[in-house]
Amino acid sequence: MTTNILADTGVLTGRSLRHILRSPDTIVTTVITPIALLLLFVYVLGGAIRTGSGGSYIDYLLPGILLITISSGIAYTAYRLFLDLKDGMVERLRSMPIARSSVLWAHVVTSLAANLFSVSIVIGVAIAMGFRTGASVAAWLAIAGIMVLVILALTWLAVIAGLTAKTVDGASAFSYPLIFLPFISSAFVPTESMPAPVAWFAENQPVTSIVNTLRALFAGRPVGGEAVIALGWLVGIAVVACTIATMIYRRKIG
Amino acid sequence: MSADTAIRVLGVEKAFQGLPVLRGVDLDVPTGSILALLGSNGAGKTTLVRILSTLLMADAGTAEILGFDVAASAREVRESISLTGQFAAVDDLLSGRENLMLVARLRHQKNPDAVADDLLARFGLTDAGRRRASTYSGGMRRRLDIAMSLIGDPPVVFLDEPTTGLDPEGRLEVWQTIRTLAGKGTTVLLTTQHLDEAEQLADRIAILHDGRIIRKGTLDELRALLPTASIEYVEKKPSLEDVFLAIVGPTD
Ligand SMILES: Nc1ncnc2c1ncn2[C@@H]1O[C@H](COP(=O)(O)OP(=O)(O)OP(=O)(O)O)[C@@H](O)[C@H]1O
Ligand SMILES: [Mg+2]
Repeated sequence: MTTNILADTGVLTGRSLRHILRSPDTIVTTVITPIALLLLFVYVLGGAIRTGSGGSYIDYLLPGILLITISSGIAYTAYRLFLDLKDGMVERLRSMPIARSSVLWAHVVTSLAANLFSVSIVIGVAIAMGFRTGASVAAWLAIAGIMVLVILALTWLAVIAGLTAKTVDGASAFSYPLIFLPFISSAFVPTESMPAPVAWFAENQPVTSIVNTLRALFAGRPVGGEAVIALGWLVGIAVVACTIATMIYRRKIG
Repeated sequence: MSADTAIRVLGVEKAFQGLPVLRGVDLDVPTGSILALLGSNGAGKTTLVRILSTLLMADAGTAEILGFDVAASAREVRESISLTGQFAAVDDLLSGRENLMLVARLRHQKNPDAVADDLLARFGLTDAGRRRASTYSGGMRRRLDIAMSLIGDPPVVFLDEPTTGLDPEGRLEVWQTIRTLAGKGTTVLLTTQHLDEAEQLADRIAILHDGRIIRKGTLDELRALLPTASIEYVEKKPSLEDVFLAIVGPTD
């Protein structure tokens, strides 16, 4: 059964990776908004923003932009899963002797690959725009690890959306709030500049701890207790969303 | 119960939101035979096929495929069956060949390439094999869909309205495929709304109506239920299909 899960997930992942290669526009539309935001905030608005961190604004900005990249990328997972359900592909697979959860895992692994690729593009653009980092190899590994966790957590949310959506638009619409969450966090401006209730929300929602941790890693500073909070959020969301998604899948498919 | 009954359905019931669809279906299909399940729209044909192919749980009753209970031994049942659903389930972004390879890999075939090429040839899709399935006509999609189901030679095959949307030539090709399958010992349960399809293909016919199998038997047994005169009249008259084929020429 376990060997089957790996083999079946592998075959199905190959299939959906092929979908991405055949519709590269999904990558383009994923990275276009984050890159536009980078340009807007660095060259238009950034001059007026005081972060008090000393470094250049793009160094301050990039972690939040990476989260926005992932938030918009995972909408395609919901979309592809929804289409598989609608087109009868899931039923076809379900009537075959393959590991049940391989259908969902294949979409998740595909999302991981596609989003890591998008994130790399955005980091590349940021470097071209003057982003500099003093991160060591270990810090880069930690950054990659956090990216993987963010993608997993948000992708499992996307799986829930894909499984429960009634329309194609509904399947991807859930990602809009996720894309906006970084705006009410420390991603663009320090939370101290916000009115008290907003600052309270900003400081206690997951994005701030994740962004601050990434910022520290990029700057080569030691990460504080916020890293623990960030990991707690990410692992928690991933596990809960994965459990709920799997339950919905089993119930839905009988 | 014995080895020569491939599909065994006993008292199967199913309701959707309190609305009964199947109300005690009993059915036996002998190994290696073709059973046509007839019924009008909404009779519950697809519902029964979905229960038999482990996609849906019955509310009551039992169903066995080759002795395996569809609820308790779903995995063994899935090893024994293939389903061609009412609506073609092919991956539009992949080519026909890639669709076949996908299923061949998932069914752990030793040589997926050869399996795919062989089926493309058998279903007249060799030339279109490398084109995306989204460019296929309805008939080509249906043929690809059926070809995907036959990979791994499952001993029991469910075909839910396999010829809906096909032109007469396409229908004849599918019929020939089904006959060949049965000739090799595969058990086939197909649903249809066309009496002539049942007449042409099936060893036995079952009529699903009001949630139950109201008639079952061979064609002759069912014919015996009708007055003889009307049957002879129908048989001597050339069908529209005969006319169409005479005009467009033979299939191969
Ligand atoms: N998932 C479902 N939820 C609610 N009702 C359903 C569901 N599936 C089927 N039904 C209902 O059950 C009845 C039987 O449907 P089914 O699809 O089995 O009929 P059918 O004989 O295959 O019809 P057709 O010839 O049109 O394909 C219909 O009234 C249908 O609306
Ligand atoms: Mg039907």
